[in-house]
Amino acid sequence: MERLEKINNDFATLFREGQQLLREDCGDVMNRCREEAFGRFMALGGVPYKTEDYLYADTLPVFDRDYKVVLKHIKQGVDLNELFKCHVPNLETDLLLTINGWFVRENVVPEMPEGVIICSLAEASVKYKEIFEQHYNQYTHPADTDGLVALNTAFAQDGVFVYVPDNVVMERPLQVVNLMRANADLMSFQRNMVILGRNAKATILVCDHTLSDDAFLSNNATEIVVGENSAFEYYHVQNQHIEASQINSVFVSQKRDSRYDANVISLYGGFIRNNLFAALTEEGCECNLYGMYLSDKKQQVDNFTFIDHIAPRCTSNQHFKGVLDDAALANFAGRIVVRPDAQKTEAYQANNNLLLTDTAQVNTKPQLVIDADDVKCSHGATVGQIDEEAMFYLRTRGIGEAEARLMMMFGFAHEIVGRVKLEPLRAEIDDLVDKRLRGELTKCHNCVMHCKK
Amino acid sequence: MKGLLKIKNLHASIDGKEILKGIDLEVNAGEIHAIMGPNGAGKSTLSAVLTGRECFEVTEGEVWFEGKNLLELPAEDRAREGIFLSFQYPVEIPGVSTVNFLKTAVNEQRKYRGLPPYPASEFLKMIREKMELVSIDSRLLNRSLNEGFSGGEKKKNEIFQMAVLEPKLAILDETDSGLDIDALRIVASGVNKLKRPDNSTIVITHYQRLLDYIVPDVVHVLYDGRIVKTAGKELVAELEKHGYDWIKEEVNSAK
Repeated sequence: MERLEKINNDFATLFREGQQLLREDCGDVMNRCREEAFGRFMALGGVPYKTEDYLYADTLPVFDRDYKVVLKHIKQGVDLNELFKCHVPNLETDLLLTINGWFVRENVVPEMPEGVIICSLAEASVKYKEIFEQHYNQYTHPADTDGLVALNTAFAQDGVFVYVPDNVVMERPLQVVNLMRANADLMSFQRNMVILGRNAKATILVCDHTLSDDAFLSNNATEIVVGENSAFEYYHVQNQHIEASQINSVFVSQKRDSRYDANVISLYGGFIRNNLFAALTEEGCECNLYGMYLSDKKQQVDNFTFIDHIAPRCTSNQHFKGVLDDAALANFAGRIVVRPDAQKTEAYQANNNLLLTDTAQVNTKPQLVIDADDVKCSHGATVGQIDEEAMFYLRTRGIGEAEARLMMMFGFAHEIVGRVKLEPLRAEIDDLVDKRLRGELTKCHNCVMHCKK
Repeated sequence: MKGLLKIKNLHASIDGKEILKGIDLEVNAGEIHAIMGPNGAGKSTLSAVLTGRECFEVTEGEVWFEGKNLLELPAEDRAREGIFLSFQYPVEIPGVSTVNFLKTAVNEQRKYRGLPPYPASEFLKMIREKMELVSIDSRLLNRSLNEGFSGGEKKKNEIFQMAVLEPKLAILDETDSGLDIDALRIVASGVNKLKRPDNSTIVITHYQRLLDYIVPDVVHVLYDGRIVKTAGKELVAELEKHGYDWIKEEVNSAK
C-alpha cells in the first residue's frame, strides 16, 4: 500500500521534526509517553487499514489528505463565545470551549466547589503533577493494538482536564464544546481527562462542531476514572460537516459501586469512529452505554465498544441504534469480556439498524468472550426496514407517507435519546434529531458562521 | 339523502387469489351498518380495500365516497376525506408518543382541508374531552403509541382516535375481539356518543355481542366474498341463534 506508507512516513517526519514544539508546554508525563507510543504506532503498521478492528472502516481516504497540524497554541483573534452559541434551552451549564483540540485560554472557568480543578490538560500536566501522573495514559492499554490511540498519545498536547475530589457533587453539567476552525485542512489531537474521586458526581456534555468548511480530522482520546460509589454521566453530540472526520476514543475505569452512563449521538460527520472502552475493575459497577447514529449520503459511522468485566457483580448495558439513508455505512462491533473472576456478571448488548435504501450498509458484530460460568449475557442485532404495517396504520390516520416515515425514524431513534436523563437536553436532542431527519441540519443550525458545507 | 358510500360490484384479490367477488353496498349518512359473516368470508379484506391497503388488488368494480372515486386515492387521502378504520390489531409504534401522533394526524387532515393547524393552546383541552368519552387514562398520552397497551387499551385508543379525528365514515373491524364486557361497554358507548346525523358507521363483527350495544340500522351477511343477505337488526338475533350454516346452505343450494 503505497498511499498508506506515505501517510505513515509523513507522520514519522512530523513526529521527528515536531519534537521540540510537541514537548514545549507539556509536563514530563505526557512527553515521556510520546516516544513509546509513536514507536508502537509504527510497529503496528501505522494507520489501521483493513485490520480486524478496522475491517469495514475506510480509513485510507480519511487520512489521505494534506492536513495541516498546529503544534503550538494559537490565540484566537475573536471571541468564540460571541461567534458560537451552543445553547440548550432551559439547561444551565458551565461552558468550556476548545478549538482545534486546544483548550481556549480565554475560557472563564466557572466557580466550582472546593477542590474541583478544571483547566487545560497541558496546564494540569505541569501544575497538578501528582494527580496527573497517577492517571495519564493508564487506562488506554485495552487499545494497545490500536495505532490511532497510540498516535494520539504521541501527538496530544492539550485538551480539557477535570478533577472532582471525594464527596463533591457538581450540580451543574459541564459543557465542553469542541470547535474546529481553520483556513486549511486541519488535523488535531485532543486529549482529555476526567477524574472523579469517591462519592462524587458529575455530568459532562460534549458537543462537536465545525466553524469552517475545511476538511478536519480529529483524533481525540479521553480517559475517565469514576471513583468508588461515584456517578458520571457523559453525553456526546457529534455534529460536524461532511468533510469532517473524527476518531473519538473514550476510556473509562470504574471503581467499586460506581455508575457510568454514556450516550453518544452521532448526528453528522463524514467519518466518525467511536472507540468506547469501559473497565469494570471492582465489584458492583454499573455501566450503561448508549449510542445513536443518523447517517446519509456517504457518511460512515463506526462504533467499537469494549466492556471489560474484571470484577464480580457488575452490570453493563449497551444499546446502539442507527438510521441509514442513501449510501451511508455503519459498523458496530461490541466486545464484552467476562474475566474468570467476574462471577454474577450481567452484560447485555443490542444493536438495531434501520436501512432506508438498498445502498445503505451496516456491518454488525457482537464479540463475547466469557470465562466465568455464573453470568447472564445477551446480545442481539437487527437490520430492518420501515415497518409496513405501522406505515399503513399511520396513513389511515391521514398522515402522509413522508411524514409517517419521519415519525417512525424519530420513534426509532427516540429509544436512545430517551435514555438522556437531563430533561432539557433530551428535548434539545429530540429537536436536533427531528431537524436532522428532515434534512434541516446539514450544518450547525444555530451557528452564525455560514459554512458552505 | 344521497349515499355517503357506494360500492358497486367490487372484486379484490391478493396474490392472485380472489377474496371479494362482487360486493354491492350503499351506506347513507346517519346509518349504522353491520357486516357479519363467518371467518374467511372477506370482512377484513373489505375494510382493508376501502381504506387503501396496497397489497390487495381491485380487479373490478367501483367505490364512491361522497361522489369521489375512492379507489384513486392513496390511503392518507381517504382518511383526510373522512374515512376511519378502527383496526382489529392496532399497531404498536415505539418512540412516537400518542399525543404527538394525534397532533400530526389532526393537522395533516386539516391541511388537506385547507384549515390552519389546530390552535396549540386548545389542542390538549380538546384531547382531554375526547379521552373522557372512552375513559382513557391520560397517562397513555405520553406513552408510545399502543406500545405495551393492553388489548382493551388498544381498542379504546382506536375509538379515542376516532373521536379526535371525527370521521364521516368509521369502519370498526372486529372492535369487540379481545375485549372484556366492561371494555366492550365503554367502547360501544363511545361509538354511540359519537353518532351524528351526518356520519355513518360500518361495524364488522363475527359475533352478536357488540351489536347489543351498537344497534345497527342494516345488517349484511358477507359470505365467500359476497353480501348474501341484507336485513334489519332482527337478523342479528337469528344469526346468533342458528349460526351461519343455514346461510351457507341457502347460498350453496342456490348455486
